[in-house]
Amino acid sequence: MASMQGKPPAFNSAVVRWIDKRLPIFTFMHHEYGVFPTPRNFNYWWSFGGIAMVMLITMIVTGIVLAMNYTPHVDYAFDSVERIRRDVPQGWLIQYMHMNGASFFFIAVFIHLFRGMYYGSYKNPRELLWMLGVVILLLMMATAFMGYVLPWGQMSFWGATVITNLFSAIPVFGEDIVTFLWGGFSVDNPTLNRFFSLHYLLPFVIVGVVVLHIAAMHVAGSNNPTGIDPRGPQDTLPFSPYYVTKDGYAVVVFLIFYAIFVFFAPDFFGEPDNYTKANPLQTPAHIVPEWYFLPFYAVLRSIPDKLGGVIAMFGAIGILFLLPWLDTSRVRSGRFRPMFKWFFWVFVIDCLVLGWVGGNPADAEISILGMHIPLLWIGRLATFWYYFHFLILLPLLGKIERPLPLPASIADSVLKPAAAR
Amino acid sequence: MASSSKAATSEGGAGHGDGVGRRDFLFIATGATAAVGTAAAIWPFLNNMNPAADTLALASIEVSLNGIEVGQAIKVSWRGKPVFIRHRTPEEIQAARDVDVSRLPDPEDDAKRVQKGHDDWLIVVGVCTHLGCIPLGTAQGETRGDYKGWFCPCHGSHYDTSGRIRRGPAPKNLEVPTYTFVNDTTIRIG
Amino acid sequence: MRKLLATGVLALPLLAAPAAVFPALAEAGHGPKLLDTRFSFEGPFGTIDRAAAQRGFQIYKEVCAACHAMSLMSYRNLMDLGLSEAAVKGIAAEVQVEDVNDVGEKIERPGKPSDRFKKPFPNDAAAAAANGGAAPPDLSLIIKARPNGARYVFSLLQGYVDFDSLTDQQKAEFGLAKDYKLEEGKHFNIYFQPGEQGYKIGMAKPLSDGQVNYVDGSKNDLPSMARDVVTFLAWASEPHMEARKRTGVRVVLFLLIFAGMMYAVKRKIWADAH
Repeated sequence: MASMQGKPPAFNSAVVRWIDKRLPIFTFMHHEYGVFPTPRNFNYWWSFGGIAMVMLITMIVTGIVLAMNYTPHVDYAFDSVERIRRDVPQGWLIQYMHMNGASFFFIAVFIHLFRGMYYGSYKNPRELLWMLGVVILLLMMATAFMGYVLPWGQMSFWGATVITNLFSAIPVFGEDIVTFLWGGFSVDNPTLNRFFSLHYLLPFVIVGVVVLHIAAMHVAGSNNPTGIDPRGPQDTLPFSPYYVTKDGYAVVVFLIFYAIFVFFAPDFFGEPDNYTKANPLQTPAHIVPEWYFLPFYAVLRSIPDKLGGVIAMFGAIGILFLLPWLDTSRVRSGRFRPMFKWFFWVFVIDCLVLGWVGGNPADAEISILGMHIPLLWIGRLATFWYYFHFLILLPLLGKIERPLPLPASIADSVLKPAAAR
Repeated sequence: MASSSKAATSEGGAGHGDGVGRRDFLFIATGATAAVGTAAAIWPFLNNMNPAADTLALASIEVSLNGIEVGQAIKVSWRGKPVFIRHRTPEEIQAARDVDVSRLPDPEDDAKRVQKGHDDWLIVVGVCTHLGCIPLGTAQGETRGDYKGWFCPCHGSHYDTSGRIRRGPAPKNLEVPTYTFVNDTTIRIG
Repeated sequence: MRKLLATGVLALPLLAAPAAVFPALAEAGHGPKLLDTRFSFEGPFGTIDRAAAQRGFQIYKEVCAACHAMSLMSYRNLMDLGLSEAAVKGIAAEVQVEDVNDVGEKIERPGKPSDRFKKPFPNDAAAAAANGGAAPPDLSLIIKARPNGARYVFSLLQGYVDFDSLTDQQKAEFGLAKDYKLEEGKHFNIYFQPGEQGYKIGMAKPLSDGQVNYVDGSKNDLPSMARDVVTFLAWASEPHMEARKRTGVRVVLFLLIFAGMMYAVKRKIWADAH
């Protein structure tokens, strides 16, 4: 089958031929999604790109339908969301899909991102592919943040207030920038209106960057669990039907988990406070962002200086842009890097710790063996490790680590263990 | 399943017969399941655009006829459109009945446009059948047109005291909504 | 091996941190545990106990509605609770609703099923002024708006304690500050905002044994009434909860079967690739 690659497709339908001669979309689809040579050894971690795509489409479709009944006005926003839940036919379903879809979109994207980190998918020649992915992550965060403001509950309002106030840390212009973001002197109707407008726009920008992300991937070809390049047709399989069915199966399994939350625990990821209408005169006792922001929130809080905290927080994402050059190892896949492999998991745990710290009150303590340890210190240690991992460990590991011998080819790595079994 | 996949392997690309038959059945069944699932998933999104429960709750309204003097008319809002309720004088009823129905643009008997025993109450949807303007003639002092009913200022349609089109571009008589008399002084529209 | 050891040593401080997830947070000022109970609407198959919810509505109407609005509810919604159209019309007609007549004058007319529940106060400021500065919260979403909402409200209604009868030792157990003082117009509730200066609720004990008489002769002691009113409020917080769970069972079953089929298809397709 792999030998068919490169041949121009012969379409049966005259209509398809007519269109394809003038606008070769069918040839394009055939080359890029039909016979596209894909490494034969993907594991299921590689399915999360496709899963993220499905979630993006789900979010856009549910969002467009929700916008038909949503009113972006401080007096009506909260009630209009409740009207969607109560009175609009099946509105509850679509609202819960959208609300939980955001979390599951982030779950898929985070797994996709950590997969790229473990298997070195950011390395030459895929640096731009990786950076476009980081751009998508940033756009998603902006979109999710503004979307969370729209129901105009207490968390919406105070989340918006706290996050926009981050910009007041900017020297000299800080206050002016915040006033500009708000369109007033506090988070109010103009803020809600512009957030709605941008929340509707940005997903389509994300789609645009996703197209670039995929285009870049089709230039370099996919990375794979061995991290070595395909050497010939024996190393690859056509995308269709092999990965269409494999990814399709993975998508359905993912949707099962998504459905369980939508239908049986729709408020699991949410905050009870957001079921109280925004009250600009009363702050909830404990403001927390959505879970996908918690690690970054912990970084923010771990720095005692306001500007320093903001820089550290944005730097935690910004540093991902530099990852292709910070990792000095010539071996891509963590599978053949005995030390990196361990530090990768330490880094994953570090991110989880940051998330856990971010979800607790700023002055919380834990007691281990009778000692009271402020969470703040744990957050600082984890923040230190986050930067240490990228700035010190990764450049160093590439120099001191001795990688395991790489297999001769992808086919070798797939077929030999199979024969041994 | 393990045995059938082994069979497919050994037959290779040239495989026909039983293995392929089962394979085709599986593909068709899965495709059909996917199609059913997709259709079921699309349904809530379409149904979402139907009128909401709070809208439907206002689909029928009750109107009290108390206080509408003979000769007067009121305008009430029903499903986002005006409904004209006119308490007709005996002369107006007479005028509506004296017409040669067959010569009207949209022939309809006045008796069929009101409810038996309530001949003095004319209830019509106040939307001109031409292009949807609101005809004049309900409020006091407004022109009622050449036939003493309603007059549409947009393109000059004249309606009579039964709400029937008499002259002008409108093709149909003013629509009579579904309504019932709950009692002598209350009607329910819709 | 040495490298492995080095890796382990470098990673050690970080491995300690996740272990810390498990010990409980050193909590300051957490009051008594909420009352343990089970409600009909809990769990993936739970449904609203209609009879209890109807009784709960009666409690809301006769007791809570004096101070608490339910601005998201309309009288027509009660039909979903099993009340007849005639009954709902009757309930709605009991209240006078502000409206504007044809000539723009403010009038009061009997309520209709499409009207929202009548609010006890025209606005939040008036509600706060009439209640010692703290506006009684809207109850439409109260079960969702509080952590562990159903149990919280259930407990709160039964959590009133006569402060003056507390011994010093009991006060210490609640962690009250030395200078703790219950201000005029505040009441002591063991589940409300625990803390050194906590437990102060503006609402006086709203329900006591036998306060509301049910037509169906059901038990009307405090725990039963608390359960009834919580059932009603839980329904009001999410009127489509039953439809959600019902649909969920179907969707998950469908996806499980579909996933099985997709797996079989994937296996068949991949059979000739290995």
